[in-house]
Order: sequence, then C-alpha cells, then structure tokens
Amino acid sequence: MGAVVGTLTMQTSQRQPSRDKIDDELEMTMVCHRPEGLEQLEAQTNFTKQELQVLYRGFKNECPSGVVNEETFKHIYAQFFPHGDPSTYAHYLFNAFDTRNNGSIKFEDFVMGLSTLLRGTVRDKLEWTFHLYDINKDGFINKEEMTEIVRAIYDMMGKYTYPALKGDVPKQHVDAFFEKMDKNKDGVVTLEEFVLACQEDENMMRSMQLFENVM
Amino acid sequence: MAAGVATWLPFARAAAVGWLPLAKKIMPKPPVDKKSRNDEILFVNVSGLRFQTWKNTLDRYPDTLLGSSEKEFFYNEDTQEYFFDRDPEMFRHILNFYRTGKLHYPRQECIQAFDEELAFYGIVPDIIGDCCMEEYRDRKKENQERLAEDTEAEMATDTPLPPHSTHRERLWRAFENPHTSTMALVFYYVTGFFIAVSVIANVVETVPCRPLKGSKKDLPCGEKYSLPFFCMDTACVLIFTFEYVMRLFAAPSRCKFMRSVMSVIDVVAIMPYYIGLVMPENEDVSGAFVTLRVFRVFRIFKFSRHSQGLRILGYTLKSCASELGFLLFSLTMAIIIFATVMFYAEKGTKGTNFTSIPASFWYTIVTMTTLGYGDMVPNTIAGKIFGSICSLSGVLVIALPVPVIVSNFSRIYHQNQRADKMRAQQKVRLARIRLAKKGTTNAFLQYKEEGGFHNRDSDNALCLKNKSSFQHQHHHLLHCLEKTTNHEFTDELTFSEMCMTESVGYHTSRSTSISSQQGVSTSCCSRRAKRRAIRLANSTASVSRGSVQELDTLQVHKTSAGPQSRSSLNARTEDLKLNCEDRDFTAAIISIPTPPANTPDESLPPSPAIPGILRNSRTSSYTHETVKISSL
Repeated sequence: MGAVVGTLTMQTSQRQPSRDKIDDELEMTMVCHRPEGLEQLEAQTNFTKQELQVLYRGFKNECPSGVVNEETFKHIYAQFFPHGDPSTYAHYLFNAFDTRNNGSIKFEDFVMGLSTLLRGTVRDKLEWTFHLYDINKDGFINKEEMTEIVRAIYDMMGKYTYPALKGDVPKQHVDAFFEKMDKNKDGVVTLEEFVLACQEDENMMRSMQLFENVM
Repeated sequence: MAAGVATWLPFARAAAVGWLPLAKKIMPKPPVDKKSRNDEILFVNVSGLRFQTWKNTLDRYPDTLLGSSEKEFFYNEDTQEYFFDRDPEMFRHILNFYRTGKLHYPRQECIQAFDEELAFYGIVPDIIGDCCMEEYRDRKKENQERLAEDTEAEMATDTPLPPHSTHRERLWRAFENPHTSTMALVFYYVTGFFIAVSVIANVVETVPCRPLKGSKKDLPCGEKYSLPFFCMDTACVLIFTFEYVMRLFAAPSRCKFMRSVMSVIDVVAIMPYYIGLVMPENEDVSGAFVTLRVFRVFRIFKFSRHSQGLRILGYTLKSCASELGFLLFSLTMAIIIFATVMFYAEKGTKGTNFTSIPASFWYTIVTMTTLGYGDMVPNTIAGKIFGSICSLSGVLVIALPVPVIVSNFSRIYHQNQRADKMRAQQKVRLARIRLAKKGTTNAFLQYKEEGGFHNRDSDNALCLKNKSSFQHQHHHLLHCLEKTTNHEFTDELTFSEMCMTESVGYHTSRSTSISSQQGVSTSCCSRRAKRRAIRLANSTASVSRGSVQELDTLQVHKTSAGPQSRSSLNARTEDLKLNCEDRDFTAAIISIPTPPANTPDESLPPSPAIPGILRNSRTSSYTHETVKISSL
C-alpha cells in the first residue's frame, strides 16, 4: 500500500521541472526579428538580390526567429569540426560578427560580415581579421590575445594530429607571428602594422585571392 | 551532418579568411563549383498533386532519390516536371523532411505503406524525429509480431506434409494437430474421455457410499468398491502412459519435450500410480502415499491440450507474471504490517484469537480479500479501527493490478481469435489462389489449343480472342520456356493419364507407317518422321486411340487446317511463327537452343510414350524457325 502511494507521489514531482523548461522555451521563440528591406541590404553589401535571397532563405530556415545566438553558433561550428573543440574559436568568431555586441547575430550582421569576407577589398578583409584577433577591441593585438586565438584554432584540430602536437606549439606559432608582424617591437600589433605586414606576405595575398569564389 | 548545416558552410568557409595571417603555408585551391548558383524552383507532380520546391531544398540530402540524379529518371520533358506515381499524401511528409530536416511519422498511415514510401525515396527510417520515433517503433514491432504470428500459424497447421516424412514426423504431427487425420482425432477424443473418466473417478471415490452390511460407519465409495476403482485407475494410467511414451518417441527434440509444461503435467499425473504400485503397504510410508494421490488431480490439467481457452489463461498468467508478482509482494507487505498492528492492538484482550503474529496473518488475509469469515474478530477499539483500515486498503491493493491482467488477457485472447479466423479464412484463400493459378496455366494451354502458334495472318480471329497484351507476352514467354527445355506444359489431368498409361507399357517401333494415324505428310527429314513415328506408334500402343487423337489435336491445333499445318511445318517454314503477335513482342532476343538433330531415338527415355509431355519431334521441326529477334 505504501509502495503504491510512494510511486504515485514520485511521478508527480518529476513532472514539474520539465513543464517549466517548456514554458521558457515557448517564451524564447516568441522573439522574432525581421531584416531591413532587400534593397537596403543590397545597397549596403556587395551581394546581388538573388544572392541575398538565397542567403536569407538558408538563414531563415535554420533560425526561424531571425537571430542566431552564441549557443547555436557554437553548435553549428561543432558540426563542421567534429574532431576537436571549436567552441572557443566560435566564441571569438561570434564576437567578430556581432558588431553591435548584443549577444545575437541578426541577418544584417551575418550578411555584412559575409560581404566583407567574400566581396570586400583586401584592406577590408585584413581589417576584419584584425578585429577578429583583437579580442578586447582596444585597437591593439597583444601577445596574450594572439595566444588565445591561436590556441583556439589548435583546439579545433583535436588530439589526433600528424605530426603530434608536442610542446607548446601555439606559443611558438605566436612568437613567429609577432616576429613577422610587430615592426617596432613594442609588444603589440596595431592595425597599420598588421596590414602592412600582411601585404608584404606574398603567400597570404595569393591565398586571399583563392577565397574570393567561395560563395 | 545535418543538412541544415550545409547552409552555413559558405559562412564557415568565408570565416576561414581569419586564419590566413597565421597560416604558415599557402591555402589549397578551393573546389570549383561548376553548377550555376541560381536557385530554381522544381515542380514535382505526385499522382496529380503538384508540389513546388527549391532545388536547394532537395539538394540537402544527396543520398536520397530526390536529392540525387536518380530523380532525372522521373523527369517528364513535356510538362517540365518530375512525375511520381506514388501516394501524394505521404509525399507531403517526405517533402517536409527535406524542408525541415525532421521526418515525422503520420499516425493514421499504415506502417508498411510508410516504410515502402521511405524505401522508394531512399530515406532511412532511422532519421525519424524523436517526437514520432516511439510511435513508429511500437507500430513497427507490432506489425512484425503480427506477421510472425501469421506465418507461424500458416506453417503450423493444415499444411500438407512433406512427401518424405518419416513415421516419427507423421506421428508427431498427428499429436500436435489432431485435425490432420481421423486416427489422430479418434485418439484425441479417446484421451480426452479417459481424462474425464479419471478425474470423475477421483472425485467420486471420496463420496460416502452406504456402509457394508453389519457396519455402522459410512464408507467412501473408493474403499467400498476398491477393485472397480482400481481397475479404472489402471486403465486410465495405462492409456496415459502409452500416450506419453508415444509423444516422447515422436518428439523432434526429446529434451525440449521433456522440459515442456505439458509433459511435466503428464508425468506428475501418472507417477502416483506407479509409486503406489512399487511402495510396500507400510503404515509410515502410506501417509506420504496418500499425499501423492493428491497429485492425481493434476490430470485435469491435461485438458489444456484439448481446450484452447485454458491455454490462453495459462499464457496470460505467465505473461502477467510481473504484475502478479507485484500484487503478491504488496499484499505480503500489507499482511505483515496489519498482522503486527492487530496483534499488538489485541494483545491485552483476554481469550483473544490473536495469539501470535502469524496467527493474525489469517485474520489480515481474510479481511483484506473482503472474505470476512468471522472466526477472528477484534474486540478492542483500536483493533476495530485498524481492522477497518485493513479492509479498506485491501480492496485498493487487489483492485490495482487486476486491470493490467485483464487487458493482457483480452489482448492475447483477441490475438488467438484472429489466428483462428485467419486459419479458417486461409483455406478459402488458398483454394482461391490455387484456382487462379490453374486459371493462368489453363489459359496458356487453351491458347495453344486454339492455334496460338498458328500463322497470324490466316487465323486472326482465333489468335486475338480478347487477350490483353500482357497475356500475349506471358504466353510467349511460356512458349519460349517450352522451346528452351524441349518440354511442353500440360495440365494435371493429361499428366496423370500419361503416368497411368506409361505403366501399361510401350514398345519402340521404328515403323514409318505413321500416315495411317494422322494423315500427315512426312515429306521432310526422314529422321523427324521416324521420331514422330516412334512416338505415335508408342502412343497407340500404350494409349487409347481417342486420347492420342486428343493429344495430337493439342499439338496439331484444332483448326480446320490441321493436317495442313503439318505440311506447313515443312513447307512454309519461313512463314511459320511461334506466336501470332509479332508486333507485341517486347522480350529481348530469344533463341531457342536447337536440340541436337541427331539424337538417337533409342536414347529417348520412356518419354516417347508420353507424347503429352515431350514433343521432341515437333520441336525439332521448329528449330529452324524458332529464333525470334524482337526489339525492346
């Protein structure tokens, strides 16, 4: 008899938490965002109308609410790099796209970023990359920020690499980077130093050209 | 990888620009995308219902039919759309899968139909979304169980025995399915009768009969008429022993049989008797012997072989074992609790019945099951209060597992009903199927009779005869098979006739005087004629004239141009066609292997005596014309 009553009470108490969660989720999906008009976006970016349409359709399909939050972003990136842990890098990337710093990426941000990366000038791209590396957005890249970024990139590779990651490879990478970029050896890299150093690098310029036709 | 992520891929690739300053080496060349990037709307027509979707949507899952180039096979140039002759309602769900990435299972659809659609469109059922997965799995399991049951039921009963079964197998079958033979049925009823007799005897022998003369005490009938009862018991046990031994002998797997419930019951039913025979008339042991006689009542369980309801009940109880176990456990708990409480509540009372806790168990059980004998009642107030709580809770505890057991029983019972119904319908179904099959073979034979192989031009009306193109092609196929194997189709009747006549005997004769039989010219190769002669001569020797005529008309076509056709065999070789419809051919290249023209006739087995079956001579005459090449 007691067992029966006991099981009955157990059932009811379990159901409570899940109901709260469902209510929360319902609230979240209510928030919806619509982008500016097609013409405006076309003017602001370097995409044609058709391209914007295709982009928006894909975006809306994935995020019916019109915004991407960081969790979704990390999840998407995890699908692309299943070997390692891309969450840190995704976090920095998210911040780079989230120009308004409000924790979510709208379609306009998404499209602007893409426009810069795919259809922008070399200078635009380099600026964008600089902003990506500049975690605290103070206009300078110091060694710590760079180390963070490089570590995040190496995290994406995962454990099983060839040759195996021995020693503090990210640190060595950062040191090499600073060798190249920091012209006046003051320990930080400014935007101008960055752009100049990159433009001198032949390989990089050639690689950048390859990425023009991604979209 | 979820296909939805594919939309983000260009984004991820673009973001790779961020790695460039750090890169030590040059980036590899990106793959060139030759396809045009413009998205277009595709039209998909499914049985008249038109769907439209972006091409990109379908491209999300490239390993399905719609996502790969396989859909090009269904493209209709005239209407510029993809046409599928499938269920439009189901297609809705398939297309939603492409759009949302989640496949849902519609509850009102048949699970098999859904599975077939998925298989057609190349979608693996494992990707059904979590919301619908449970339902899908349950229904699929249910369906599979049902199918398994049906095949089992089909195989188990009423299938004709394999032709070369041993006596053992036949015996086993007779035991398991008494309906198969009258002997088995008789045995079945006899054992049933003896079980009943045995049980009744067990019961009656304890009834008090009038006492013997000169004695006051009432004797139970068993002791008064001990000899008749003993004889009856012996007879029953003999029958049961014989049955058990037979079953043991016939069982395909003796170990398994010995472990089965029914055999255990059998053994328990007959053991007491033998033990009683063996045991001496010792006072100490006879007490135990009396106990053993109790086991004779187990003979009543033997009835479960005869009654399906009993078996269902037993099976239900077995399948509800967990619920029963729970019932038992909770009852035990409650009994112990209440017995303890009642004992301590009634401890003070003088002359109370509740002498110990185990003694209180009896009170608790009687109260909880609402029996209430009244042989033990509480006297104190506390005892009465607890007693009432006990009876209330008893009702609850017992009422709870009962619906589960009932529903289980109902399900099993209905399953059984279904199995019975199916078995009954099966006979009708099989009979109908057999009839239909016979219909098609008969159609072919009829077709041959009516001059199907005749020249089309001359006998149009006969050839056509309301046959669909499918039938024509089918008949042509059968004819090709005949030519390939050098044998011909015939019906059961003719075949059995032939078998009978073969036994009559035949003699090979090389007489060439066949014309008397058929009035057929043998202008062609003498060998052919010889063969025909042999055949015909044999046939006349072994078969009555009438049947030979019959047979030959079968060959020769019942048309007015009968004998003519024979000559036409030899003369108008080029005109002769196998099948009337030249233009209806859709078969590929057919070439009939020509039987070696110089097969010595002696090597022909008794076949010449069965002209209905082998038509070597005729086929040989056909060899030159039998190559038929037609286009797809």
